[in-house]
Amino acid sequence: MKRVVITGAGTINALGHSVAETFESMREGRCGIGELDFRDVDRLAIKIGGQVRDFEAEGRFNRQQMVLYDRFTQFTLVAAAEAIRQSGLEFTGDLAARSGVVLGTAGGGVSTWDDNYRSVYEDGKNRVHPFVVPKLMNNAAASHVSMEYNLKGPSFTVSTACASSNHAMAQAFQMVRSGMSPAMVTGGSESMLCFGGVKAWEGLRVMSKDACRPFSANRNGMVQGEGAGIFVFEEYEHAKARGADILCEVIGYAMSSDAADIVMPSKQGAARAISGALRDAQINAQDVGYINAHGTGTAANDKTECAAVADVFGPHADNLMISSTKSMHGHLIGGTGAVELLACIMALREGVIAPTIGYEEADPECALDVVPNEAREAKINVALSNAFAFGGLNAVLALKRV
Amino acid sequence: MSTQDKVIAIIAEQAVLEPSDVSLDSTLEDLGIDSLGLVESIFAIEEEFDITIPFNANEPEQSDFDISNVAAIVAGIDKLVAEKG
Repeated sequence: MKRVVITGAGTINALGHSVAETFESMREGRCGIGELDFRDVDRLAIKIGGQVRDFEAEGRFNRQQMVLYDRFTQFTLVAAAEAIRQSGLEFTGDLAARSGVVLGTAGGGVSTWDDNYRSVYEDGKNRVHPFVVPKLMNNAAASHVSMEYNLKGPSFTVSTACASSNHAMAQAFQMVRSGMSPAMVTGGSESMLCFGGVKAWEGLRVMSKDACRPFSANRNGMVQGEGAGIFVFEEYEHAKARGADILCEVIGYAMSSDAADIVMPSKQGAARAISGALRDAQINAQDVGYINAHGTGTAANDKTECAAVADVFGPHADNLMISSTKSMHGHLIGGTGAVELLACIMALREGVIAPTIGYEEADPECALDVVPNEAREAKINVALSNAFAFGGLNAVLALKRV
Repeated sequence: MSTQDKVIAIIAEQAVLEPSDVSLDSTLEDLGIDSLGLVESIFAIEEEFDITIPFNANEPEQSDFDISNVAAIVAGIDKLVAEKG
């Protein structure tokens, strides 16, 4: 089996338009959640979210591109440009032929659906733009990355709700580890912050109207975010031979299915994914210093996740740090694992643990060190990133300092 | 149909029971309605009465809307309908 390292990272999300800006915000414990700003927001009961601000797609992309790029594709391309630039890779010849793109998204081009449904149903138009289908399809972002960077190997999109990005990155990891691909571009993207996207979530009655406060006893639900996180996963010897800057190593993963309930999480399912990742990475529970929690801020997730962590880690659960950065950037649904992987990279590479902000009141059912409100300096060797999706589909990644 | 009869019909349908099996002091738990069933019942009630029920599944006990049993739900609906005018 090959070793797999990360040699490039890129992002755009409510905390920043780059990895550096996002790290800075996470270090400072800034909140990227605010009043939503889009058409018909006054008809929503939920009016807050982690929206990407000051992003002007016009000017960045030309007219031909704009008619093909939904916002989730735009985010993906911005993040991919940063990640691939940092990696220094140029995809030509055999490298191009064997390298591909595996991305996660839950909704794909949600705002394209929304805009065009409005056009035909509400405005009564009988004609839509000819590129509606290629613009909204879930694989549009992965395809545009492949075209932009000449990635001719295996490319596809994974859609497992809130675990989409983790499942995608686990798949990309597997492809590099097995020797199938020397490098893979992976991560995920989401852009559901439009009237229909938020209205659908409102229906479930799990959204907070004021803030995302994971693990806090007074938490009252999740808050949606948007954006993308993109990474270059590369075979270790390949990266070393060209003198690439290695951000960290991906050492293992596990996926599990609760096979129980379409929305309620399962402690057993989560615990199996966490312990499976430790086993796959061939590490002991005591090696883990930090977990980036799924930590949605709902009553159900947070207590289930804490119970799963306590089960897997035993007494060590009290020694490790676990934080939810969703408190800052919101829940990016299918893109969330990708943006949250950045918190793991920051912990491993810079020795800074991102905080769980908005933490106000201890909850005996979440009695772990959740790094409340302020970032903390700590040297850690191994970090995990949890994602537990609706539908009971779980994926956990294990990363190591290099 | 009275508010009570409408609510019992909605809850009975959700619980896959006959309306005669649902009484005013039944709790949703007694009737086997889980969290998803509860959210669906509230949606059905909102649609039936054209009201908005303040209910957050994360903190059901903090909501202004009492769901402790069928009678409480009926009373809560009557209040919301009256407030709507």
